Amino acid sequence: MVALSDTLARGAIRGTDRAVLARRVSVFLIILLVIVSLYSLTTGAAGTSAAQALATWITGGEVSLRDRVVLLDIRLPRLMMGVLVGASLAVSGALMQGLFRNPLADPGIVGISSGAGLGAITAIVLGPLLPVAFVSLLGHYLVPFAAFLGGWGTTLLLYRVATRKGRTSVATMLLAGIALAAFAAAISGILVYRADDNQLRDLTFWSMGSLAGASWSKVFTATPIIILGMAAAPFLAKGLNALALGEATAGHLGINIQLVKRIAILSVAASTGAAVAMTGGIGFIGIVVPHLLRLATGPDNRYLLPNAALLGAILLIVADMISRVIIAPAELPIGIVTAVLGSPVFLWILLRRRGVLDL
Amino acid sequence: MLYAKDITVSLGSKPVLHGITCTAAAGEVTAIVGPNGSGKTTLLRALTGDIAHGGQIALNDRDVTGMQAWQLASLRGVLPQATPLAFPFTVIEVVRMGLMAGVSAGRNHLPEQALAQVDLTGYENCFYQELSGGEQQRVQLARVLCQVWEPTLDGQSRWLFLDEPVSSLDIAHQLQVMQIARAFAEGGGGVIMVMHDLNLTAMFSDKVILMKNGRIVKTGTPVEVIANEPLSDAYGCKIDLSRPAPATAPLFHPATVSTH
Repeated sequence: MVALSDTLARGAIRGTDRAVLARRVSVFLIILLVIVSLYSLTTGAAGTSAAQALATWITGGEVSLRDRVVLLDIRLPRLMMGVLVGASLAVSGALMQGLFRNPLADPGIVGISSGAGLGAITAIVLGPLLPVAFVSLLGHYLVPFAAFLGGWGTTLLLYRVATRKGRTSVATMLLAGIALAAFAAAISGILVYRADDNQLRDLTFWSMGSLAGASWSKVFTATPIIILGMAAAPFLAKGLNALALGEATAGHLGINIQLVKRIAILSVAASTGAAVAMTGGIGFIGIVVPHLLRLATGPDNRYLLPNAALLGAILLIVADMISRVIIAPAELPIGIVTAVLGSPVFLWILLRRRGVLDL
Repeated sequence: MLYAKDITVSLGSKPVLHGITCTAAAGEVTAIVGPNGSGKTTLLRALTGDIAHGGQIALNDRDVTGMQAWQLASLRGVLPQATPLAFPFTVIEVVRMGLMAGVSAGRNHLPEQALAQVDLTGYENCFYQELSGGEQQRVQLARVLCQVWEPTLDGQSRWLFLDEPVSSLDIAHQLQVMQIARAFAEGGGGVIMVMHDLNLTAMFSDKVILMKNGRIVKTGTPVEVIANEPLSDAYGCKIDLSRPAPATAPLFHPATVSTH
């Protein structure tokens, strides 16, 4: 939140209408996030009324053990995870789009999520083969760390493949993304084939993308990595704005382009890696959220990045609520919900930019 | 003073610039002219560090390789031939980016003043991507002007590097942009520009560098360079030059394409 208000304060250069609007949108999104979060706490299969329990708790009454468990150990960590993952996916998307100078870049579409997933699966299946000292050193962080490494490697590889002479080719980027995702899927397949029953259960949710496995230990493990990844965003906003003019011009404006690129790639890898490690691949948040915000308040990253974090969190919580109630008491994997909502938007952007893409 | 020594550039295995040595003085407009493919833009891009090159470049007596991006940004503004934008920024948002370079930062009235200079007052909230090529070029010039608003700062000359700043403009705006460059030089700054229009070059520049096949074939005042022999040699066509009065710049008419 400090980073957020800092960014907002620094953005206060003599306001155009869009800057003022963007700040109003931030306030609106913060309020909406609070409302949606409270609503999410009260929704669920258990039929526990969070409002009632909260009222009882505030007035000093005794909340039943069952209600406490449902609220504090099931729904609250799930909500926290939704907020963290939604925010990090949306910010990663916005960062990628700024870095690649293309509104179609998204960690899910260009294969970074697959790379991160591969890292996580490798850690789960091959983790027992690693030296005990190494595993115990990393502890809970082993899987997120492996996901980070997978995401980082994929991003670097993608950038190298798709960028020539300072220009990133969209077509190459999307095609390289397909190749990387296919490769990651193949390796994952081999690892899944090799996995034992316990590991298979751990792996199942990667393919679906779900917040159902939420727990406090997962939230505590991933939070520092995600916060660290996202804390870099406010420092990148100015550089990414300049980058929209092209790498050479951004350099002439005094931006250290190499530094901006490196930090952006690390930040995307850290946030996407940690998010994927927690929930598996959840697509389209990273492309839909920044696109909607750009339509509403413009492409200035000083406003886009914090607002993307807020709207990403809101959207994922809403998608999670839909996934919980649509076929209740069973659950639809959230990845399906975001894909249903997101793929038409992706197609829409693609069609609008058809003239620009030389596929 | 800008001093470039033995600048070489190769694209792939093909040498494009063959050891160019040239200077440009602060307080002057220096124009680089020559036929297509002679290496004008390549020379400018080497001078601004956009492409890998051999040789040495010093700006205000300092070797540019030892300077950070932000130090260079406070000394010089660079206008490329065209600047396509990836996202729907408005005109004023683009011009404000010129304030990033630090030295002009906090001068919030500059973007509007710079837009007025390039005759785009009233375009502040238009989308950059919806403007014509010539208008976009003037928006970018306004951004560059914001970056180096004062031609000198703390006794140091500042520099404008302009790559074909008037090629996509109508006559009135061509003159306007050339006058902006002239005024910047007269204020003590240095201007280096790649030009196609030899008449505007003759009218507004102090020094002309004529290039052909990656080499400088002649350097001098407009009267010396924009003359029959060097031009017809470099461009391979017959030239008619007139001079309405001895004090005015030479006026150039292409006549016929030579047969050689």
